[in-house]
Amino acid sequence: MADPLLEVTGLYKSFDGAAAVDNVSFTVSESETLGIVGESGSGKTTLARCVLRAIDPDQGIVRFRTSDGEWTELHDKTDDELIPLRQQMQMVFQDPFSSLNPRMTVQEILEEPLIIHGIGDRSSRRVEVLDILAKVQLDQDSLTRYPHAFSGGQRQRIGIARALILRPKLVVCDESVSALDVSVQAQIINLLEDLQEEFGLTYLFVAHDLSVVHHICDRILVMHQGRVVEQGTVQEVFENPQEDYTRLLLSAIPSPDPDEPLNPLDRKSLGL
Amino acid sequence: MVDNLLEIRDLAVEFGTDIGTTYALREVSFDVPRGKVTAIVGESGSGKSVTANCIMRLIQSPGRITGGQIHFSPNDVTAYDIAALPDKDPRLLDLRGGSVSMVFQEPMTALSPVYTVGNQVAEAILCHRKVSKEEALEEAADMLRLVGIDDVGRRIHQYPFEFSGGMRQRVVIAMALVCHPQLLICDEPTTALDVTIQAEILTLIRDLQKDLNNSVLFITHDLGVVAQMADQVVVMYQGRVLEVGSVRQVLKTPVHPYTRGLLAAIPGLATKGERLATIASVVGDADLITPHPLVTLADGRQVSLPSDQLAALELANG
Amino acid sequence: MSDVTINPAPAIAADLGTDTLQEISPRQLAWIRFKRHRLAMVSAGFLIAMYLIATFCEFISPYNTDTRNVKAINAPPMSIHFFDREGTFHLRPFVYGYHMEVNPDTWMREYSENTEEMYPIYFFETGESYEMWSLFKAKTHLFTTREGYIHVFGTDQLGRDMFTRVFYGARISMSIGVVGVMLTLFFGVLIGGIAGYMGGIVDRGVQRIIEVLLSLPTLPFWMALSAALPVEWSSLMVYFGITIILSLFGWPGLARQVRGKFLALREEDFVMAARLLGAGRLRVIFKHMMPSFTSHIITTATLAVPGMILGETALSFLGIGLRPPVVSWGVLMQQAQNYQVIVMTPWLMIPGLFVVLTVIAFNLLGDGLRDAADPYNTGGNRD
Repeated sequence: MADPLLEVTGLYKSFDGAAAVDNVSFTVSESETLGIVGESGSGKTTLARCVLRAIDPDQGIVRFRTSDGEWTELHDKTDDELIPLRQQMQMVFQDPFSSLNPRMTVQEILEEPLIIHGIGDRSSRRVEVLDILAKVQLDQDSLTRYPHAFSGGQRQRIGIARALILRPKLVVCDESVSALDVSVQAQIINLLEDLQEEFGLTYLFVAHDLSVVHHICDRILVMHQGRVVEQGTVQEVFENPQEDYTRLLLSAIPSPDPDEPLNPLDRKSLGL
Repeated sequence: MVDNLLEIRDLAVEFGTDIGTTYALREVSFDVPRGKVTAIVGESGSGKSVTANCIMRLIQSPGRITGGQIHFSPNDVTAYDIAALPDKDPRLLDLRGGSVSMVFQEPMTALSPVYTVGNQVAEAILCHRKVSKEEALEEAADMLRLVGIDDVGRRIHQYPFEFSGGMRQRVVIAMALVCHPQLLICDEPTTALDVTIQAEILTLIRDLQKDLNNSVLFITHDLGVVAQMADQVVVMYQGRVLEVGSVRQVLKTPVHPYTRGLLAAIPGLATKGERLATIASVVGDADLITPHPLVTLADGRQVSLPSDQLAALELANG
Repeated sequence: MSDVTINPAPAIAADLGTDTLQEISPRQLAWIRFKRHRLAMVSAGFLIAMYLIATFCEFISPYNTDTRNVKAINAPPMSIHFFDREGTFHLRPFVYGYHMEVNPDTWMREYSENTEEMYPIYFFETGESYEMWSLFKAKTHLFTTREGYIHVFGTDQLGRDMFTRVFYGARISMSIGVVGVMLTLFFGVLIGGIAGYMGGIVDRGVQRIIEVLLSLPTLPFWMALSAALPVEWSSLMVYFGITIILSLFGWPGLARQVRGKFLALREEDFVMAARLLGAGRLRVIFKHMMPSFTSHIITTATLAVPGMILGETALSFLGIGLRPPVVSWGVLMQQAQNYQVIVMTPWLMIPGLFVVLTVIAFNLLGDGLRDAADPYNTGGNRD
């Protein structure tokens, strides 16, 4: 097993007194994909945002192993102290329409992370931008255009390029393929997998679509009402779920084969 | 009585936009048989929702129906072309919410926040039938019980915000069914719901359809949902129908490369560790963009393909 | 390559002409959208013309504001002729002098055209000397007559040329609108921005102050405050005093909008994305948040200008704003206060017409800007 990259212990976050994330602990190893699944309100997005310190957790420890091999704690850093660390952890958002600044060209969007972290000069940044653009399979002419000129899938490619241009180690994908049409979704999933292989990325993959999670993840956490109810490898959880809630989730996936009729478990009889 | 409740022929819809005309539908033809579930499946921009809105005559400026017919035969004696009705025709009032009703994606916007659930369902009855308010409320309660709402006596006096998303969608379904429509159009009714709630709503719609024996037109982008719900499937892309057939024909032995591409693009339990097929790798763009007429094959399904591919198919099928 | 991106909607893209649309910036897109808004375009043209006239009013007017023509007291507007009474065409337009008679019943002066006196109009002609912008002396007027007089909008009860006074008035009234809105913007954006950014106690404090200010009835307070302006102040001082009074009640509304927009923008995905990239606070604010609400602010400001103009007009009309010898639309309308004017000398109400046109134009322009400013409004999705 690869070295651990991220360790979360006893994470807790509440909004107006209600616990959104309740005592969650897990570890992510380098180059693996950890899926976080659950229904709306399960706290999966809050958890992912707490890890990246997009929001501040109330309690708990988040430890991250930086590229020089040292462990650093994220949960008690100030916003300013986090800035240099942000190079190593990035996020790809759900909505490719709202996550790109409509007033910036693709060139400006992709160059911004490099400028923020003072990487390279004008010409070397240009090389980097062209490089990452090719990696996400977009044309060079895209650079002078604004986000509104692109389709949903293309915008998501721009979002991925922006996240990867800093060569992060950890990428949080927050429902990154949920808003896309199925054919576009397949392309983006393939792209994410290719990029993972190429850069040795570690993904924290938040999703509600279990088929997508099954396809892309190595291990998964199943969340319900802010708690982790089950975690394990994808095979373990899908083939031999231990918890009623997991079984309920799995039984609710409609199969694209008309000969496998939908037969969802009954929430009430499971006492959930 | 005609076998088909609805026969759509060569339906065309255009939207005049700022910069030019967008063809939302082109030569769309398919039937909606009685007592069956027909699913329209397609990605965004395929025109599946526009088709549904045409049936309700809800296309609004800048959009307009520029051609084709929607033959509607609600019973033995009446039959008319929905597309040709004038805007103020009284039959349209009967059509909307009467013989055809619709369930939308977002249950919260379909319900008014300021009336109780019971009142809203009763209102749907009072719009179309002459009954007293008490009778209407009584019927509303029955219908809410039918769609699986517990403790109806208390719930009927509650407001929509007191219901969860799944329960709200049940209320919307009750509202849609309360006038016993011949056709229930479900436009992505479960897209905004969690997967477990989706399973409950799908089961409900399927069971109700069997009990009431009405026709359902189910619009979705999810082939899993199609497989679970539909008897007949219409595959749409870019405002055109590419393939029509029974659910087994379309999902098990798809003929059109686009349908095959769609199926292959779903991350399934079997695709772990493999690259997903994408539409572009299955079908050349040209096949999708040049229109071909729908041709009926020997096994009864219809497909829109270039003639050389058709010939190859016919050969393969004998 | 197996994984080629196909545009999910090539046909739509082609139909919409996306190829030509692709390279244009949100600002150009807004301009395209604005251009389609006919009324807003017309209004913009009108306002530009009005501001140009107001800027060069010394040159455009044939006289000075206090030049009296004793031969024409309360004289009606003149019409400009090309044909004389014999029907001969003159390339150079001309006006007829006034023929005055005193009505023996009412003792009012009644004017008619005196076809004996023809005054040809000369363009770029030397006339009365004036000080352009109080900076340098000049004598050239856009148009005037070499002999006689010309009163296109008539004259007032002292025989002063209304055309001249309306456009001198435009300078004061229309600039008060702009200067007042600038001040409003300055306070509104500063205070609203601070409240939205700091949050917590500062935000709550500012909110309460705003609520108190917004609950004050504006007109009595305007009146009280302007009545409190010292009488010995020069007209320039009074001008700025009035402007400050007007913006004093304008900023709270704007500050509240800015704060609201600020809070909403902070939750936008692209703002969070910038934060997660490691962008510092200033960068997030100035690079990502500010550009998103400048369009909003421009719209709000445009819609606020007519309020300022109306405020000045109202105060001056009531006699507690600007006072003669300053010429503003409000001051001019003060002359038109009694009902006699409506019957006997309706042309004294021409300043009111300009107030109405200007206010409508600003509102229409604001509407157009608002429709054009939203970058997300790029046409609906069909499915």
